[in-house]
Amino acid sequence: MGDDGKGDGMKVRGLEDLKKLREEGLTRIYPDQVKITVGMATCGISAGANRVYEAIREGIEKEKLSIILAKSGCLGFCQREPLVDVWRPGFPRIIYEEMTPEKGVELLGEIFNGGLKKEWALCRMEEEVLFFEDEPLRYKIESGLEDRDAIPLYQDVGFYRKQLKIALRNCGYIDPESIEDYIARGGYFTLYKVLNEMKPEEIIEEAKRSGLRGRGGAGFPTGRKWESCRRAEGDKRYVVCNADEGDPGAYMDRSVLEGDPHSVLEGMLIGAYAIGAHEGYIYVRNEYPLAVKNMGTAIKKAEEMGLLGEDILGSGFDFTIKINRGGGAFVAGESTALMASIEGYVAEPRAKHIHTVESGLWDRPTNLNNVETWANVPVIVEKGADWYNKIGTEGSKGTKIFSLVGKINNTGLIEVPMGMTLREVIYDIGEGIPEGKQFKAVQTGGPSGGCIPDKLLDLPVDFDELTKVGSMMGSGGMIVMDESTCMVDVAKYFTDFLKDESCGKCTSCRDGTLRMYEILDNITKGKGKEGDIELLEELAWVTAEASLCALGQTAPNPVLSTIRYFRDEYEAHIRDKKCPAKVCNELLTFTIDPEACIACLKCKKLCPVEAITGEKKVPHEIDQSICIKCGTCREVCPVDAVRVE
Amino acid sequence: MADKEMVRFAIDGQEVEAEKGTMLLPVALEYGFEIPHLCYHEAVSPYGACRLCLVEVTKRGRTRLTTSCNYPVDEGIDVTTDSEDIQRARRMILELLLARAPHSERIKKLAYEAGIKETRFSLMDVGDCILCGLCERVCREVVGADAISFISRGDKRDVGPPFADPIACIACGACVYICPTDCIKMEERGDERTIVKWNRTLKMQECKSCGKPFAPLFQLNWIIDKVNLPKDFYDLCPVCRAGR
Amino acid sequence: MKKAQLEKILKRYDYQDSDLLAILQDVQTQENYLPRKTLEEVAERLAIPLARVYKLATFYRTFSLTPRGRHLINVCLGTACHVRGATMVLERLKRDLGVKAGGTTKDLRFTLDTVRCIGCCSLGPVVVINEEIFGKLNQEKAAKLLKEYN
Repeated sequence: MGDDGKGDGMKVRGLEDLKKLREEGLTRIYPDQVKITVGMATCGISAGANRVYEAIREGIEKEKLSIILAKSGCLGFCQREPLVDVWRPGFPRIIYEEMTPEKGVELLGEIFNGGLKKEWALCRMEEEVLFFEDEPLRYKIESGLEDRDAIPLYQDVGFYRKQLKIALRNCGYIDPESIEDYIARGGYFTLYKVLNEMKPEEIIEEAKRSGLRGRGGAGFPTGRKWESCRRAEGDKRYVVCNADEGDPGAYMDRSVLEGDPHSVLEGMLIGAYAIGAHEGYIYVRNEYPLAVKNMGTAIKKAEEMGLLGEDILGSGFDFTIKINRGGGAFVAGESTALMASIEGYVAEPRAKHIHTVESGLWDRPTNLNNVETWANVPVIVEKGADWYNKIGTEGSKGTKIFSLVGKINNTGLIEVPMGMTLREVIYDIGEGIPEGKQFKAVQTGGPSGGCIPDKLLDLPVDFDELTKVGSMMGSGGMIVMDESTCMVDVAKYFTDFLKDESCGKCTSCRDGTLRMYEILDNITKGKGKEGDIELLEELAWVTAEASLCALGQTAPNPVLSTIRYFRDEYEAHIRDKKCPAKVCNELLTFTIDPEACIACLKCKKLCPVEAITGEKKVPHEIDQSICIKCGTCREVCPVDAVRVE
Repeated sequence: MADKEMVRFAIDGQEVEAEKGTMLLPVALEYGFEIPHLCYHEAVSPYGACRLCLVEVTKRGRTRLTTSCNYPVDEGIDVTTDSEDIQRARRMILELLLARAPHSERIKKLAYEAGIKETRFSLMDVGDCILCGLCERVCREVVGADAISFISRGDKRDVGPPFADPIACIACGACVYICPTDCIKMEERGDERTIVKWNRTLKMQECKSCGKPFAPLFQLNWIIDKVNLPKDFYDLCPVCRAGR
Repeated sequence: MKKAQLEKILKRYDYQDSDLLAILQDVQTQENYLPRKTLEEVAERLAIPLARVYKLATFYRTFSLTPRGRHLINVCLGTACHVRGATMVLERLKRDLGVKAGGTTKDLRFTLDTVRCIGCCSLGPVVVINEEIFGKLNQEKAAKLLKEYN
C-alpha cells in the first residue's frame, strides 16, 4: 500500500489497510459538505435520471457551488423514480421523488438557502442500519429543524415500513463504482475474517446452519451444495454466479449487480474459499448492459487492490473471476445449460443424474449460486447462522427480494422476511390496486410459476407454501393482476414465452408447449371447443413429467394454475365466446357511444383499417364488417367513449 | 487399469448386472426388455430428445419417470419398463411425433402399437423430421464431417447445414442410414449422388477397373486427406479392390 | 468485417473456442449483424466446424444473420409490460413500420424486435431504442418516438 493511504494501484495487505480505506470511504459517503446522489440504476435512467443528473451537474458548475454530485444504485421505489438524495451535514438525508431537470436545478437553490423542499420529498432518513456494527448509524441533526417532521421518516413510508434489506443492504446507499464506499459499510471485512480466522469447514457449517436456500428459484440448501462440491473429486473446482435473470417481471439480480456488485464478489470469494475453488465465473444477461459494466468495474478495482487475484489480503488464497455475457436465452439460466454456454456451446441442458457439484464446467466440480444468494453470504458469515436463521419461516430462512409490479400502486423492488403474507406485500407495501379496481391474482415464479387468486391472499410467502398452491418462488417476480387482466391471456402469454425459449430438444417440451400455445391461442380467438381444457391438462402432464430440465418440468404451471383457479374464465371463452376481462380483442365488439363521443376525429384518424366514419361534430361510428378489433380506438379515445362488449 | 465396477439392479423384477455408469437402455435391450426408442443409436452418444424410452426408476425410495437412454445404471436401482404413467406419457409423445412425421412407417407402427390411430394435433410441414438429432450426431461423432447441426431453438428448431449450404457434406449417407423416420433420402442418378434433405449433389468416382461410379469424389478426397492415404487409394471400387 | 479487425477480437479472447459466444457478440457489436464471411473466418481461425458456429449464432436471440436497421427498436414483452398493454404498442409499431417483429424496414432505418423483460417493470410498457429506454408508453406515444430517428 502506498504511504499516502490512497491512490490507484495500491494493494490491501491486511486489516490496517482495510480500515484506512474504510475511513476514506466514510468521508466519501458522509462528507462534511453537501452531497447529492442520483439513483442511476437502469430504472432510474429510463425514468430520466440522466437528464436530472446532467441538469444538476450544470447547475453546480454554473453557480460554482461546493456540492458533491454522485451516482447511486436503486433504492427500490421504482414507481417514484427519478430519486434524488440530498445529504447535508446537520440535516437528515432527504430523498426526493419524481425529479425532473428543472426541479433538480430549483433544488440547488433551495439547498443554498437552507430549505427542505418538503413538498417534493418522499421521505427523510435519520439513521441507517449497518450489519457490521451493533448500533445503527445515526446522523447528527442540528436542532431547529423541527419543520422536517412534515417529511415522513423512511421507516414510516408504507413501501419501506415492513422491509428488511440484507441482500439489498447497500443498494442506493453507495456509489457502485466505488470500492471504498463498499468497504466503508463493512465490505470485505468479513472476507478478511474468513481468510484469517476461519477454516473452510466452519464456513460451510455456518452456511448450513443458517438455513440459506438458493435464491435462483429451486431453493436448494446452499451449505449442502457447498459441502458436496468441496467433497467431490477433481483437480480443480469452480464457482459460478448465475446472473442470467430471465424471468420476465423479475429484476432483483440486475439491481444488486448494478447497485452493489462488490457484495456479490465478496460472497463468491467466501464461497470459493470454503469450497476450495480458485476460478469463478459470472454469467450475466446481455440485456443488462449497466450490470455488466458495473460488475466489470468492480472486478477491476478488486483486482487492483489485491482483493481478487493471487495471495488475497496476504492470506495465500488465490481467486480470479471472469464475466460471461449471455446471448439472450432464458434456458441458459438452467445450471447445466449455463455451463454449456460458458464452455462455448449452445445453452442446452443435460440430464443431471450426475450433479454439477460433481461434474459441471469442463467436467469438474462446480458450485453455482444465484446473485441474490451470493449477496447474502457476507452478512450471514458476519452476523452468524444463529442471527440469520431467526429470520423467516421454518423451512425458508432469511429474506427474499421481490419485484412487485403490474397492477399495483407502489411498484418496485422490495426485500422482506420470508413468511410475510401476500396480503401484507400487496396491500401494506404495495398499497393496493390502482384506480379502485379489484385484485384478481398475483403471478409468482415467472414462467415456471403460477397465478394465485384472492382467496389465498393470506398465504405466507416462502418456498414451500408457494409450491403447495401450484406456483413457485422462482427468482421473485410478483406480478399483480386486476379485474382487467384475462387469465387465459396470461396463460397464453407465458406459454408463448416458453415455446420460444425452450431449447427445443425434448419432444415433450418443444411440441408440448407449442401445442398448448395453439390451443390457448384458439381459445382467446373464439375458436375454443369442448375438451380443450382436458387436452391442455393432458399436454401439461406430459410436458411436466417427460421433459429433461426444469424449464419443461415447470412449463405447464401457468396453464395449470389458471385452470385450477380461474376455470370459469376458460369456460366463458370456450362456451360463450366471451372474454370477461375484455382483453381478448377478437371476442369483443367495439362500438362508440354517441352520447359520450365528442367527435374529435382521433380514433378515425388512427384506425388502421378506416372502419370509423364520422366528421367533426358528428359522433363517430365503427363499421363492424371492417373492424379488425385492434383496440386502437379504445386506447386513444380521450373520453372513454368506446364501448366494449 | 482398474477393474470394471459391476453393479446389480432390477428391471421389472428381474435381477440384471452391468458395468457401473453404462446407460440403462442398452442394458435393458440386451436383456431382452422392449423399450421403444427413436433418438438412441449405439453408434453415437445418447441424447435424450425423443423422450420415448421413458421408464420408472426407483432410487433411494424415490420413484420418477426418466428416459433410459441417458440414465447411468447404479447399484440397487429398481426399474419398471411398463406402467400406466409410462404408457400415458408415451401415447402423448407419439401423438405429438405423429403430427410431425405422419408419413413415417416407424412412427405410425409405434403409434398403432400404443393404441393411437390418429393425432389430435394439426399436421406440421416439417418433412417427417422429429428432431431426434441422430443425423447431427453421426455426422459429427462418427463421420467427423460436421456438415450439419441443429439450427435455432424452441418451436423453430430445425436441422441442416449452415446457411442452407451443404459445402462440408461428403454425401456419405450415414445420416440417411441412421434416420429413424426415413426423412433423409439419398438418390443416385448416373454418376451423381444426392442427399435430398441437405440439397447436396456430388459427382461420383468411377472405378478405373469396372467403370462403375461407386462413391462421391469429394468424399474420397476428404478421406484421403483426413487419414493420409495414398492419392490413388480410391482408384478402384471396393469390389474390384477386394478382387485384385 | 476486415480481417485485421476480426483478428483483434479473436486475440482479445486468446483464440479460445470457449469464448465463441463473446467473440460473436463483439463481431455483432461492430458490424450490427453477423456476416456469413466473418463466421466462416471465425470457424477457420478457431479450427472449429462452421456448423458449430452457425448453431450458436442461430440459437441465441442476440444475434442477427442479416443486416439490421440503423436504429434497433426493442419492445419489452415482459409480464408487467404485457399486462399493461405492450402488445398494443408492438402491433402499432408493426403497422406503422410495415414489418413483422424481428423485421427490418426496407430503407434500413429501423429493425423492430422484442425483448423479454429488461427489468424496468415499474415503467411498463417500455420500449428501448438503441440504448435509450422509454417508459410509461401507450401506442400513440410509442409511434411518436420514431420521428426522432432517421
